[in-house]
Amino acid sequence: MSTSADLHEGSWHLLSVLDQSPGLHALGDTLADLADEGHPIVACTADLKYSNGLNRFEERHPDRFLQFGISEQNMVTASGGIASCGEVPYVATFASFLALLCCEQIRMDVAYPGLPVRLIGHHAGIALGFYGTSHHATEDLAIMRSIPGLSVVAPADAAELAAALRATVDHPGPIYFRLGRGREPRVYEDGTEFVLGEARSHYEGSELTVVATGSTVHPALMAVEALRARGQDVGLLAVPTIKPFDRERVLAAAQGSRRLLTVEEHNVVGGLGGAVAEVLAQAGAGTPLTCHGIPDEYCLIGPPTHLYRHYRLDAEGIEAVAQELL
Amino acid sequence: MTTVTNEDAERIRERARFIREETIRLISIAKVGHYASAFSCAELLAALYYDVLRLRPQEPGWPDRDRFLFGKGHAAVGWYPILADLGYFPKEELDGYTRLGSPFGDHPDMRRVVGCDFSSGSLGHALSTGLGMAIAGKMRHRDYRVFVMLGDGELHEGQIWEAAMAAGHRSASNLIAIVDRNEHCLDGRVDDIVGLEPLAARWEAFGWSVSEVDGHDPSAVLEALRGIADDEERTRPAVLIAHTVKGKGVGYMESEIGWHLGYLVEPDEQRALAEVRGAA
Repeated sequence: MSTSADLHEGSWHLLSVLDQSPGLHALGDTLADLADEGHPIVACTADLKYSNGLNRFEERHPDRFLQFGISEQNMVTASGGIASCGEVPYVATFASFLALLCCEQIRMDVAYPGLPVRLIGHHAGIALGFYGTSHHATEDLAIMRSIPGLSVVAPADAAELAAALRATVDHPGPIYFRLGRGREPRVYEDGTEFVLGEARSHYEGSELTVVATGSTVHPALMAVEALRARGQDVGLLAVPTIKPFDRERVLAAAQGSRRLLTVEEHNVVGGLGGAVAEVLAQAGAGTPLTCHGIPDEYCLIGPPTHLYRHYRLDAEGIEAVAQELL
Repeated sequence: MTTVTNEDAERIRERARFIREETIRLISIAKVGHYASAFSCAELLAALYYDVLRLRPQEPGWPDRDRFLFGKGHAAVGWYPILADLGYFPKEELDGYTRLGSPFGDHPDMRRVVGCDFSSGSLGHALSTGLGMAIAGKMRHRDYRVFVMLGDGELHEGQIWEAAMAAGHRSASNLIAIVDRNEHCLDGRVDDIVGLEPLAARWEAFGWSVSEVDGHDPSAVLEALRGIADDEERTRPAVLIAHTVKGKGVGYMESEIGWHLGYLVEPDEQRALAEVRGAA
C-alpha cells in the first residue's frame, strides 16, 4: 500500500497547498479578529472552508463556526434565522452558488427582512476558469445590485477586503461581498481605508477615465500607469462599492474626461458598466461610455490567466482597449 | 406535563372556531383567500398560541420567547386574528386586511406584523429559518423553543430535507416541526402528485423524533404538543405529523379540492359561518 510519503516533490493535495489563496486569508483572519473584539460573528460555509479561508476562523473560534455541508440554500436561509436572533452571520461559498443558486433565499430571507447577514461570494467572475460555466459567476453583480436593501461590495485586494469587513461590521443591513480567488496582486497597503459607498480616484485624466472594480482594479492601474508614462492623460476611478453607487465621483470623472471606460470581470450587461450608464444617462451627461468585460456569452474554459488575456482583462488587454479609444 | 382537562380542550375548540370565523370575515374583505388551508390548522394554531408557546405579547421582542414560523404562510389569514386577540396590535387594524398599505397581506411579513418572527411565503424556507434560530439559541444558552408549521405539500421542496438532515445531525432538540398533513395541495392530492409516504419513517431516518396526532382533536393535540415541548430528555429535533382535513368545518370545502383558494358571496358566507359555529 502506497502512502503520501512516497510521492515526489510537486505532487500535492488540497490540504497541502492551503497557501494558494493567500488573499482570502484576510477573510478568516479579519473575522476572527473581530470576534476576538466581541462582535457577535458567526462564520458559515458549505464544504469550502479551505477554499475561502474560514478554516482559519474555525481554528480560533470553533464554537462560532458553522459547517452546513453542501446545502447552500439551507445555509443562506438559516443565516437569516441566526441574524434575527442578534448574531451577525458571514456566509461564504463560491459566488456562482451563492448569487445564482441561492438568489431567492437571499431575497426572501436576508434582504427583504433587512437582516445583517454578510454574503461572501468568492471565486467570482471567471476565477475558476477551467472548472466551467457551472463555477463561473459573471452575472452576480447584475443580480445582487437589483435586490432592494442589499449593499454590494467588491474589494480590489486583501487589504481592501480586510478594511471593508472591518468598516461594515456594524452595518445594520445585508451586504454581498464579491471576492476573487485570493491571488489578486496588492493595490493597497494594510490598514487602507474603506468607506461603504465611496469610490477611490487614483488618477484624474482629461482624455479618458478607466472605471474598475474588484479584480480589475490592479490590471487597470497597471494599464493606466503605462499610458500615463507615455504621456496620455488617462485617469482611474476604483469602485469598491457597487451599491450604494458613488454617483458623485462617477459624474465628476465624466465631467473631467472626454470618455469613460468601465472594466469588470463580469458580463457587460448589468454590472459596473450598467451602473455607470444609468448614472450618466439620468444625469444627462453626454460623456461617451465603453463597457469592457465579459461579452454577453458563456465564457470559454481555460486557466484564469489565459482567460484574462483572451478577454483582454489583464493589464496589457486593458491598455490596448484604452489605447483604441484615445 | 400537566394533564389536559376538559376545560383546556374546550378552550382550544372555541378558539379554533374563532379562527375559522375570523378567516371567513377577513376573506370577505380581500374577496379572495385560503379558507381551506387555514381551517386545516385551526386547532393546531389555537393549541400553540393559547396553551403551548411561551410569549409576552406586550414585549414582542422578548429574546427568550418561543419562536413560531409559518412555513405555509398562505394560511396567515387564520393567524393574524390570534395575534390581535392576544394584544400584539389593535383588533381594528385587521379590518384593513390586504387593503392598500395594510401590514397584513396574504403572507406574513416580519417587518410589518408585530408578533411575526419571520416572513414567509416562499415554501420550503421556514425549516431552515427555524434551524438558524435553534442554532442561535443553543449558541447563547437560551431555552426558547422554535416551532415551525409546515404544509404537507411544502415537503415536496428540497430545502426542507436539507434542513431536516442538518437539524438531525446537530441534535437540534429545540426545533419542533408540525406538519399539517391535510393531504392536499393546489393541483390535487399531495400523494398523487409526489408521494410522501412513508412520511414518519422518512423523518425518523433524518434523525427526528416523530409522533402523530389527529389534528382536529383538541385534547389529543394539546397532549401531543405539550409532551413534545416539555420533554427535556429529548435529544433530537421533533416532528408532529398532524392528520387534518383541508377545509375542516365547512362540508363542501372538506370534499372539494378547489377550495385551496376561493371566495364566498354573502349568503354562502353565512352558511359557512353556521357550519363552523355548529361544528364547535
